[in-house]
Amino acid sequence: MTAAGNPAFNAAARPLGGGRRLPLTWLGVVPFFIYVGIFLLLPTTIIVAGSLVGPDGSISLSNFDGINRPFMFKSFVNSIEISTISAVLGAIFGALLAYAVATGDPKGFLRRSVMSAAGVVAQFGGVTLTFAFVATIGTEGIVYLWLQQHGIEMYPNGVWFFDLPGLTLIYLYFQIPLMVLVFIPALDGIRPQWREATESLGGSGWHYWRYVAGPLLFPSFLGCTLLLFANAFSAYATAAALLTQGGVILPLQVQALLTSETGSSSPGLAKALALAMVAVVLVVMSLYALLQRRTSQWLR
Amino acid sequence: MGTITRAAATGVEVRLEHLRRVFAGVVALDELSLTLAPGELVALLGPSGCGKTTALRLVAGLDEVTSGKVLFGGTDVTTLGANRRDVGMVFQAYSLFPHMTARQNVAFGLQMRRVDEQERKRRADAMLELVGLSGFADRYAHQLSGGQQQRVALARALAIQPKVLLLDEPLSALDAKVRGRLRDEIRRVQLEVGITTLFVTHDQEEALAIADRVGVMNKGRLEQLGPPTTIYTRPATPFVAEFVGLTNRIEGDVKGGEVIVRGTRLPLVRPDTPDGQAVALVRPEAVSLGSDGDAGGDAGGGPLVGTVIAVAFLGATSRVTVDLGDVIVLAQMPTSQASAHPAGSRVRLTLRPDPVLIARDETAAAEA
Amino acid sequence: MTRSRRIRLQALRFVIFALAAAFFLVPIGAMFEFSTRGIGINSARTFSAWAAIPSTPELATAITVSLELALITSLLMLGLLLPTMVWVRLRLPRLNRIVEFICLMPLTVPAIALVVGIKPLYIWISLNFTDSILALSFAYLILVLPYAYRSLDAGLAAIDLKILTEAARSLGAGWGTVMLRVVVPNMPTAILNASLLSASLVLGEYTFANLLNYENLQVAIQYVSLVSAGTSIAVAVASLLFAFVLLMILSFAGGRLQVRSPGQRA
Repeated sequence: MTAAGNPAFNAAARPLGGGRRLPLTWLGVVPFFIYVGIFLLLPTTIIVAGSLVGPDGSISLSNFDGINRPFMFKSFVNSIEISTISAVLGAIFGALLAYAVATGDPKGFLRRSVMSAAGVVAQFGGVTLTFAFVATIGTEGIVYLWLQQHGIEMYPNGVWFFDLPGLTLIYLYFQIPLMVLVFIPALDGIRPQWREATESLGGSGWHYWRYVAGPLLFPSFLGCTLLLFANAFSAYATAAALLTQGGVILPLQVQALLTSETGSSSPGLAKALALAMVAVVLVVMSLYALLQRRTSQWLR
Repeated sequence: MGTITRAAATGVEVRLEHLRRVFAGVVALDELSLTLAPGELVALLGPSGCGKTTALRLVAGLDEVTSGKVLFGGTDVTTLGANRRDVGMVFQAYSLFPHMTARQNVAFGLQMRRVDEQERKRRADAMLELVGLSGFADRYAHQLSGGQQQRVALARALAIQPKVLLLDEPLSALDAKVRGRLRDEIRRVQLEVGITTLFVTHDQEEALAIADRVGVMNKGRLEQLGPPTTIYTRPATPFVAEFVGLTNRIEGDVKGGEVIVRGTRLPLVRPDTPDGQAVALVRPEAVSLGSDGDAGGDAGGGPLVGTVIAVAFLGATSRVTVDLGDVIVLAQMPTSQASAHPAGSRVRLTLRPDPVLIARDETAAAEA
Repeated sequence: MTRSRRIRLQALRFVIFALAAAFFLVPIGAMFEFSTRGIGINSARTFSAWAAIPSTPELATAITVSLELALITSLLMLGLLLPTMVWVRLRLPRLNRIVEFICLMPLTVPAIALVVGIKPLYIWISLNFTDSILALSFAYLILVLPYAYRSLDAGLAAIDLKILTEAARSLGAGWGTVMLRVVVPNMPTAILNASLLSASLVLGEYTFANLLNYENLQVAIQYVSLVSAGTSIAVAVASLLFAFVLLMILSFAGGRLQVRSPGQRA
């Protein structure tokens, strides 16, 4: 349907546009919208649309049946598991480190160094990070060998390093710094008067953490943990470099579908998987945003 | 109402003995000795860094003394932690717990004392009524104005029926209008409860208006302690004279226990001041004005003849600014008198022979 | 704070920092140690793996290509995002929320998911236009959008854009002059920030390159590691240090220009 051939459309358009052409002001944003249209919105549409198109070309949800297959389901569970564990551990250790930073001089060298380093390391991942751990606690790694020389065998029941536990440990390397970066603002919002008020009202250190600092920080802590979950859930490069066996977690399943023959035979499945991942991350990030808003009212 | 609060109206004596606090080699508080009578309100007044807040925190137990003692009702509490001292504290600002309602905030200290929930609520509501916030019990801090937050903080501090009430610049974060109202409100509540109170401020007007006695502090030392009128009319040291109220600095000659300021002899607070050039500190109230013509004025201007450059109307009194050519002098008088000298008119100044102080240092004398 | 609590706190902080330093520094050190090992068990330290970097053509090419990608992506980002953000702020404020939403969208679409949708696009590009790896810059621009947007947003918030441009326009400056001589010079930190963040992200990127069948630095490191672990680890250390230096410059330059404490001491 073209606008010119439809008098009703023309009639409706006139009062809206006031009879004028598109204002020139809008030209300023055209390049940006064309660009994100092609490289962000179009791919997103391809994913959504592609996941809804069955092998025979009709619209169906059959692609999502593929996620129900046992090996696929297993990788989904693995992904959730490793993301949860690395998020919870990362959040705990990260919060401790953030606390140590926040209780120091706010303009001091230590704080600035730690924050800068955290900014770098939080983005770290992939082959390089995997190498670093292989060189440390791999079977030829310096720490592994050193412990072995001192009579301690790190892997008495088989090498867990090249499996999910190893991956979880490596994830902590970028999860902890990310936690420091996102949790510090909440800690900075805690005012020294609150501790002093608690003390003068008869409360102990335990009371302060139990009734004041704990409840104040908890929403932010929970929100940051969710962010860490999304971060681990989306991570691909590190797993690809470490895990020799394919398809153990969701991103590796997507990789397998993109690069192998089985993938080209069922193009809808990769898109359905991608959409499922986006959905999980979207839900988690929305909850994160919600909790952050709650916190920002308290800790300014 | 007020029964439970008045029941606690047995203020205790608070004694600070030779309190000293040194931070990394810097003396923040030097040998402060001060006794507050039961139910008395003493204001510690001074510029920032004078040690007044340090003194308050030592009384609260939020900081540890280097040496000296703190006694509540004769009992030595120097080594007790803040949470076992029974002090009520109101901070400068933002001290309410933001995740609790006003009622929960006020009840917090009672919760720490294991008072049961029914009783907690009853007493918290009574305290909120005392500070005039009955309708606001379920509001959170961010739903209250700055002045309301400080009222809740006051109610919270008093809810535990403390032995001593400590106020750390509780009004300095508020705007001028609210400040005046809340100041009077704090005094009313303090008198009603009858609690011994230490009030720290850098605002002299506030200190003079609220306190039974004012202690002026400077560089970790107590310069003068006395009722507001004494502090204002008979400052013991040049620092107090200059810090409290407005003061004219006029050059003169010290000779034999007097100072001669432009032909007028004024007695000295300290007659042992050595002879020589000096700067006399003269209150605006001690300066009165007459028309220049009255004294058969010489056109060149006598030693105390000048031109009015501004008249500030303050209500019952007015403050007149007079330019003597080499120095500007303020005079304060009833508005009816001041209106005889509009800006631009020539006037002759008369100095009332009250005892005056001499400014402290040579540099001050040089720049005057 | 009482003395005993202060001492306990300092002890706790010391322990935490010591453990963190061990966890984060030992692997980097170990990687360096690994790259200087000799062939035999008891052979001496050697830098032969490092020396082999320039003579491994794959690596040399990949390093150049990744640096080019980083540069192009940063320039594209500044050329596209900055004018759009300025324009929206000045003339189309109601689009502000939409632009922000779009720029932050990549945070909720994992790269591994986005690549599924972007792959058909790149097959089409390589068939019809170019099979040069530099085309990856367009996809990388999407990845850096959220980070670039945030730092440019902070920079624009700190200057009074409207008054600056109105003053410049009233003195006869065209829009190009306004951008280059008024906006850019007034927010050097934010621009440096956005550029260095983009560059470091591109240098570490693996997902897109690998799955779209291009060989950038990270992909090359992986390939080379199959043949010569020492050399690829040496490159990994080098690239890591490079990214680290970039971001250190950034955070210290930034920290000096915007000292803003969150007002906990009123």
